[in-house]
Formats: sequence, C-alpha cells, structure tokens
Amino acid sequence: MGWNRKILRVDLTHGTCKAEPLNMEWAQEYLGQRGLATKYLVEEVNPKADPLSPENKLIMATGPLTGTMASTGGRYSVITKSPLTGAVACSNSGGYFGAELKFAGWDMIIFEGKSPKPVYLSIENDKAELKDASHLWGKTVWDTEEIIKKSHQDPQIRVSSIGRAGENGVLYACIVNDLHRAAGRSGVGTVMGSKNLKAVAIRGTKGVSGIKDFKAFMTATTAAKKVLADNAVTGQALPTYGTQVLMNVINEIGASPTRNSRDVQFEGARKISAEAMHEPRASDGKPNLIGNQACFGCTIACGRTSKMDKTHFSVVNSPKYWGATGGLEYESAWALGNNTGVDDLEALTFAQIICNEDGMDPISLGGTISAAMELFEEGVLTEEMIGLKAPFGSAEGLIELCKMTAEGRGFGKELALGSRRLCDKYGRPEFSMTVKSQEYPAYDPRGIQGMGLTYATSNRGGCHLRSYTVASEVLGIPVKTDPLVTEGKPGLVKAFQDATAAFDSAGICIFTSFAWTLADVAPQVDAACEGDWSVERLAEIGERIWNMERMFNNAAGFTAKDDDLPKRLKTEPAKTGPAKGLVSGIDKMKPEYYDLRGWDQSGVPSKETLDRLGL
Amino acid sequence: MQKSLHIDASKCTDCLQCEMACSYENYGIFNIAKSRIKVFNFEHEGRKVPYTCTQCAEAWCMHACPVDAIRLDAATGAKVVFEDTCVGCKVCTIACPFGTVNYVADTGKVQKCDLCGGDPACATACPTGAITYIDADWTGLDKMRQWAAKTDLAATA
Repeated sequence: MGWNRKILRVDLTHGTCKAEPLNMEWAQEYLGQRGLATKYLVEEVNPKADPLSPENKLIMATGPLTGTMASTGGRYSVITKSPLTGAVACSNSGGYFGAELKFAGWDMIIFEGKSPKPVYLSIENDKAELKDASHLWGKTVWDTEEIIKKSHQDPQIRVSSIGRAGENGVLYACIVNDLHRAAGRSGVGTVMGSKNLKAVAIRGTKGVSGIKDFKAFMTATTAAKKVLADNAVTGQALPTYGTQVLMNVINEIGASPTRNSRDVQFEGARKISAEAMHEPRASDGKPNLIGNQACFGCTIACGRTSKMDKTHFSVVNSPKYWGATGGLEYESAWALGNNTGVDDLEALTFAQIICNEDGMDPISLGGTISAAMELFEEGVLTEEMIGLKAPFGSAEGLIELCKMTAEGRGFGKELALGSRRLCDKYGRPEFSMTVKSQEYPAYDPRGIQGMGLTYATSNRGGCHLRSYTVASEVLGIPVKTDPLVTEGKPGLVKAFQDATAAFDSAGICIFTSFAWTLADVAPQVDAACEGDWSVERLAEIGERIWNMERMFNNAAGFTAKDDDLPKRLKTEPAKTGPAKGLVSGIDKMKPEYYDLRGWDQSGVPSKETLDRLGL
Repeated sequence: MQKSLHIDASKCTDCLQCEMACSYENYGIFNIAKSRIKVFNFEHEGRKVPYTCTQCAEAWCMHACPVDAIRLDAATGAKVVFEDTCVGCKVCTIACPFGTVNYVADTGKVQKCDLCGGDPACATACPTGAITYIDADWTGLDKMRQWAAKTDLAATA
C-alpha cells in the first residue's frame, strides 16, 4: 500500500526492460524515493565505480505519497553515484513526471549498463520499451519534450530528459522534467548522458489505488493542507514571492556569498529580488513576474512564471524567448547574480532559461563562473584564454559563458568541469567554493553558522537541502536560534538531516517543512502505507538513511578531512553586516556533531550506531 | 437556489488537486486520467485554465442521446449520465461543442461532470479559489464588485 510494489529494470546494454517486485522489506526500513532507491544503489553499485562507466546505475524513484492528494505529492528523485563529487547523488524534482510514473504503475526505474546508441525510454502503463533517440541527440530539453509529444501524438505524455549539457559531459548537468523542473544537483544528467539515455517519456492512466485507508488518508491530507495554508511562509510568502523572498532577507543579515564569497553582502541584491520581479520595468512598464506555478498536487505554488523584456540584449533577436517561461528561483538568482556580481534581473532570468533549456545546475554553473571571474580578475585567466572579458559584474560575460558551457564550446569545456577541477588546473584551488567538489549555495557560513556544518557534512557535497538550518537560524522555524553562534548547531543539523531524509523519502516537497514537522507527515504516511508509521519511526528511518549514505561515501574513499569548508570561509572574516569579523566555526562544531551521530572522530559510524539502526 | 461551478482561471496554479478530487469522488482512486475536469496549461502564455462541463440549459449531449441516458437533475441543474442506460454510442461526445463529455474505454460508457450531486469535490479541493460553487444566477457578482470598486466617487460628486 502506498507503493505500487513494482520496479522497472532497464538494461541499456542489452536493450531490455523487465518488471520486478519492489523489495517490501526494504520499503519498511527505507520508506521510498531517496531512502529506498539509495538502498538499491548501495546494494548494487560498487562505491569505487567510475560514475560515468556502465558499472554505475541511475535510479528514478517515487515515494509512497507521490501521485496522491497529499499536498506536494508529486516528487521523484534521481539517485546515482555523482561524477562531480564521487559521492552518492540524490536529486529531487517536482513537476508532473513523478506522479505520472506512479500512475503508470511503477515505483521506480533502475537503469543499468550503457546503450550502444542514443535511446529514450517510452512507458505506457505496463508497457515499457527503449526507442531510438538519434533524432533527439543534440536537441535541447525543450525541443526533446516537444518532439516526443508530437511523435506519440499525445500531449499528455510527461517527459524527463537531458539537454546538450548532459550529452556534452558537463559535470553538473541536470535531468529536466516538465520544461522547468529539474533533478538538479551533482550531475545526475551527466550520468544519464554517459549511458546514451536521452529521455524518459511516460503516460500513466492507472492512477494510484493502493492506499491503506482512503478515508483516514483524506482526513490526514486535508488537515495537513490547512497547516500549510495557515502558515506565513507556505501560505503567504512562498506563493507571493517564491523562494526569491529570501534575496533581501539573507542579504540584510550579511549571509549572501558575493563575488565568489569575497563579500557577504551584495549591493545589487534589491535589483534582483522577489520585490523587483513584481515591479514594472523601465523599458516596457511590465513586471518580470507574470504569475506562479505549482508542481503536481502542491497547495503552496512557489514556482515562478516570468516573461523576459523583449528589448533586453540577451533575447532582443530571439523571439522564441519572448513567451512565458520559468522565472527566477532564489538559488539561481543568487548563484548567477550575487555570486558573479551581476545585478541585471533580465540577464539572470535568461541565464536560468539557458540552464532549464539545456539542463545545467545553476548553483554549480554560477559557482564555476564566479571562480573563473575571480581567476580573471587575478590575472590567472586572460581574455585570450577565455575568449572574452569576464570581470565580476559582467552580464554579457555571464550569458556568453553559460551558453558556451551548455554547447560545449571553447572555454565552456573547462567551465563544464566545475570550479574545483577548474581552480586546481590553474593552480588556485582556494578559489573553488565547494565542499566535496560541489559548489555550495546561497547562504554564507560566516553569517549563518549552522549552514557551515550543513555544507561540510552533507552527503552529496555542498548543498542546503540536506539540513536547512536557515529555517531556524533566520526564520525561527521551529524555534529561533542565533545565526552567528556555533553553540547548539551540531544537534540542530543532525535533527534537520534526519527529518529531511524522511521527507525526501515520502514523495513530498521539503518546502512543506516550513510548516510541517514529522508529526504532520506521519499520519499521512500511516494512512497510505501498511505498517505503523510514527514520528519516531520516520526520524529513525531518516537517521538510517543518513548513515547508509555516509557508509557509501566512506567506502568510496571519503574521510573526515572531506567534511570541510573552503579555506576562505575559515580564514577571511566577513567584511560587512551583522557577521562582520566572523569566520565559520566549522572546526568547533564538527567533533560534537560526530559525537552526536555516534561516529568516531574520523567520521566512521561506530558498531553500536550501525547495530542500533540495523545497518 | 441553484448553484453553478465558477472558474476564475487567473487563480489557477495547475496543481491538479481538482482532477485528483474528481477521480477520487467518482472512482475511489487518485487518477487524473479519469477526471471530468481538466486543467490546461498554456505554458508559453503562462495561463492555466481549468475546464469542465457548464451544464448547458439546452444541453446538446442530452438532446442528442438516442436512449435518454443523459437526464436533468432538477435539484442541481446537472445533466447526469445514467450508466445503466448508456450504450456507449458516443453521439453525445460529438454533439457537445466543448468536448466535456468523453468516452471511457474501461466501462464502455461516457462520463461527464455531474456536480457530484450538489457538492462538487473539485471546488472543495481547489486551494486557491480558482474553482468555486456559487449562486447560479450571480456568477458575475465578483466581476461586478471589482468594477464597482473602481467607481470614482469624487468625480461623480
């Protein structure tokens, strides 16, 4: 119940598709989606495997609440070994694709091997087959989706695909579904490209009938929706302003990494904020933002829909970009904006369009371009080497570098490697703002201390979505803590990490956790799934998942020294704002965190911990 | 008082809660492929439009049916398909100018919105007020109010 109990295993090397039963014992221990798919990954993939070899596998997984009336119940995750980090990769996406997979009767798809030629997977309920994709290779995500729908004569098909970035080996390529939603981080799209798999196209008309107790489920989901509607963040701020509501807030508290983290406040933040998206433009009197867009089942609807200024240099000669499109989210606005010093709202909107259209993670792309810009300003890279002038703040430079990367053109081939490999290559590793080779996002650990520990210990490298302590340290959810101190943060990070792993395994969006705790999630899971699902059990599942991911990474060769931040954050104090004079206190927090986790000081879970969690 | 479904497309976010509620109400499962209300997302224009039967007074589907399987529910004004009578000839799907009557291959019958007997599940499920169930004689009231609010009293004084 909750699950369809059915997996699709696709052998790309031999071109076969096979149904097999879902391991229900594992489902009871790992719930679904992130947890359950990672269990399959650790059982089936050698942690030392080359991520871009046929030995690696790529798993697309739904949760038990995916495709149901639970608010935000449309999520799916992509799990694999990351080519960017070498660690476990787990990227979560909304849109409609996940629900469609569930409606077709499947819980997850495991791709293994490598196809000898480009293919796409077509699923129509029980029927699954690999089809030739040679006509799609070289196409963008948007063109791919359109061509597939047309050739199947079915506009109701949902598509997940890679763009040119994934084909070109950009190490932070995404898998994009429903035009503007992405399994974004850690290069899951690169793995897909390495397997010659262009797209997955699904039409599911069977629906979800396996709910343990429909009546109890409707009661639980209705109550939980009310909690979201009544909450200031999920009921008002996110629908009105989207995640961009954070742009001014984070900048004001001095925690906005700016110009490759040289600064912690960006003087141009207001010009690229949520508020600015609502204001009429000088050029045409229209606002950038035209509305909001929900993902499947979501009663929050934080997604943005924007229309570009037709006279902006980036699109003035390209009418195809004049229509409505995905609008700026906070992480992309920050990564492509504050981080590069560009304060041109339209340029950032277009840079994000390139990311959606060709499937690139804007956080890693922005982090890599900002590192290149610093290398340019320091004279390590020159105009001749890059092919253009790339100082901080250059909107023209930003756009061109984004295009070059997507298309695998010139210096774009070097940007495709990510900032860690780029900076290593040019002998300035200290300019790479990464953890485990993945660019960290829009919260400076000098101004929000908990986020330093979040980044350092994240199982997928620099990332905010493994323990979003910003909720507590800035927004006061569930309780307000002081962002400038390290005391209490190890416990906070652990609690957020464990709870998040449970949310990510249920089929719902982590943004619900601004309003929901596990006490809101448990009744929904309990009504949907066989077994008894308490808050304690979900938290324990979260902790089990966290330790399982950690063990995979340890076996892949990671050690405690990889749980660290770039030197800049530990040695160059914040220059302005409330955090002025502070560096990250990561070294104070880490030992206590390991203790709380039941790990030794080299970051290895103790036997007692593993026994307690049944690992 | 008769009520009618009222759709304000500008409030729709394309979350599809209405489609799931419809399928749950009528089939007891979550399956948007079985929904009698559909949301259309015109992505390049940024418009999302929920669309379903308007319960025409002189309903083409009802008049076209050769076996009288579509009948008026006097209490709600809904034109209701009686599955026991329906022979699945699909003439109503051709007669309806709006496409809101559709054939269901699984059952061999047609389906259309029946207003859930007077308590439409889509309207209850809609989180943004894009779908409401209001006084059938006053579906224009909100629009009138908006225009009324623009009346410049100072200028008319």
